[in-house]
Amino acid sequence: MLLTGAEIIAEVLIEQGVDTVFGYPGGSVLNIYDALYAYSDKIKHYMSAHEQGAAHAADGYARLTGKTGVVISTSGPGATNLVTGIATAYMDSVPLVAITGNVPTSLIGRDSFQEVYIAGITMPITKHNFTVRSVEELADTLRQAFLIANEGRPGPVLVDIPKDVTINKTSFENKTPEIVEDDRRLKHLEKVADLINASKFPVVYFGGGVRISGAEDELYELLHKANIPATYTMMAAGVLGYNDPLSMGLVGMHGSRTANLAVDNADLVLAIGTRFSDRVALNANKFARRARIVHIDIDPSEVNKNVAVDTSIIGDVKKVLTALIPMVDKADHTDWLEQIALWKAKDYTPKDDATVLKPHQVMGAICDIAGEDTVYITDVGQHQMWAAQYIRHVKTRSFLTSGGLGTMGYGYGAAIGAAVADGGNRPIVHITGDGSFHMNMNEACTAVSYNLPVITVIMNNSVLGMVRQWQKTFYGKRYSSSEPERKTNYSAVAAGFGATGFRCTNLDEFKAAFTKALELKGPVWIECVIDREEAVLPMIPAGGTVDDMIIN
Amino acid sequence: MEKHYLSVLVANHEGVLARISSLFCQRGFNIDSLTVSTTDNPEISRITIVTTGDEASFRQVRKQTEKLIETKALFPLNLRTSLLRELLLIKLRSNSEVRGKINDLARAYKAEIIDVSVGCIVLELTGEPEKVDDFLNNLDEFEIVEMCRTGVTAMERGEVTYLLGV
Repeated sequence: MLLTGAEIIAEVLIEQGVDTVFGYPGGSVLNIYDALYAYSDKIKHYMSAHEQGAAHAADGYARLTGKTGVVISTSGPGATNLVTGIATAYMDSVPLVAITGNVPTSLIGRDSFQEVYIAGITMPITKHNFTVRSVEELADTLRQAFLIANEGRPGPVLVDIPKDVTINKTSFENKTPEIVEDDRRLKHLEKVADLINASKFPVVYFGGGVRISGAEDELYELLHKANIPATYTMMAAGVLGYNDPLSMGLVGMHGSRTANLAVDNADLVLAIGTRFSDRVALNANKFARRARIVHIDIDPSEVNKNVAVDTSIIGDVKKVLTALIPMVDKADHTDWLEQIALWKAKDYTPKDDATVLKPHQVMGAICDIAGEDTVYITDVGQHQMWAAQYIRHVKTRSFLTSGGLGTMGYGYGAAIGAAVADGGNRPIVHITGDGSFHMNMNEACTAVSYNLPVITVIMNNSVLGMVRQWQKTFYGKRYSSSEPERKTNYSAVAAGFGATGFRCTNLDEFKAAFTKALELKGPVWIECVIDREEAVLPMIPAGGTVDDMIIN
Repeated sequence: MEKHYLSVLVANHEGVLARISSLFCQRGFNIDSLTVSTTDNPEISRITIVTTGDEASFRQVRKQTEKLIETKALFPLNLRTSLLRELLLIKLRSNSEVRGKINDLARAYKAEIIDVSVGCIVLELTGEPEKVDDFLNNLDEFEIVEMCRTGVTAMERGEVTYLLGV
């Protein structure tokens, strides 16, 4: 069959099981968009307000479903607008294929209109990228892009396609997508099992790799077979239910005191699908200082990168745990769990207030009203930490947040992607701050165009809360550029976009507004006015240990 | 700080060198020298990198390089079992007074005089990097007009020990 490059793109997308793409049209991708018009019964395209929003939407879509997100943009500014979205996906190991148009091959390298060397720009923030030089290599390049995005540790792949490649024709035949099985031999299983069986004070510290691998059940089995208390990174919120007796909550900078004390006092730390980031191992030399450390991860380059470990097993977490569980003895660890219960009784708990809105009460009310099925999406800052800490996480793949890159402005796009993927079944709650929301609130028009039921809860403290909290604690209250005195009327702006807006100053107002928002089944903004002195606690300063924890 | 020698076999694609050098740059690893050329297999290029740093960082940058899709094989070169060579071109100021001394030095190091012009002599020296260093350390009494070194290129002695998955 003789097809144009643009038609080949559509055919390969369908071949790869893609029925939803996000993007924004432009000169260099006119041929691709013309094909999308013809293929619109098989591929639905969602147009964003800004390419960054489209990239985050594809990312949110991928995080929720586990499928590959696809984003399309034009050359030049369209492509550079994707950069933050691609970097976000890269840092959090999200499978994403970004297709960028470029100027025709004859114009490449001449500083042509809207020409940019996007392959060069995205080199350090993609797993790999391609420039397609001829239509003959287009189909296989795209197939390879999907393969690379998914195999091993997932990540974004960019395919840059000059305009002439999309209009030239070549013969095309469908191929079944290639599946690469990870068949590496697992090493050190016995050694690790021996360490677990000999350990008196073990701790499991797990991350997003457990979710990506789909190893939630295996993790649960391991923990409960040997009664090992567990703590997790933000990327793994929901992998283990908040109410699981073995869960100690978050670890790291804003983690629970119990989790950090347990890691500090453990004689064995099993790090599973995680990478010892500087927000967890705040002081790489003192992290789990009394413990032997075992690292289980699919990416060998993560072993000994930040924290030196004693043993590692390289492989897919699900496969490793499946092989490991039968070798692990049943154990009670009664004394250890009693110690942890004592610590838990003294964990930081914020005080309720009926007259003003308290962040933890807002999170609690959202969980009460929206229910366990809810998908939560956050931006970055204080609200993100409150959401991570106080949402009662019970479901895997239901807390979408920019962990590694910390991208303010991630939330709205990602929430739109999640809402599209979900198709109106689960409540979609986007929790943001007034700082983050000002970065990408323009995506409201997208939520309105497609009538997506995204409820945006804006934790409005009128300042850049996290920046200001650091300035208050570490910079002598010199609030440099963190108190912008904005006068945004969120309800009016929401209405201006064609969405609905509410403003709340106490818990009863919030509960009423949120209940109403769920009924509306469309885009809603709920502004929550909170005090600017609200802080994220507890906190261990960068470079510190649990001994340096700030509790009030 | 140790010197490390790394041999990388990569797909012979455009941009491959940029990818590897960008990675070294991002991880804060200084490249002392880098050579790249095609091999007997037209799809494979060989890159030899000399770098200085502690063992842990070197291991990290090695693993990151190994992760690149276009890296086909990667192995640190063991100095005892590898052949390392480098080429030096050096232009020295010459006059009737020093010409004889330059000739003596060239003979001692088996360097070749490849150009003689008014006031200048160009020498070519090939050998192990240490030999080149040593040669350069013995030029105190001469004036260097300009010089350049190719950087190290290397291979292991005997049978190849790496497996090439291509």
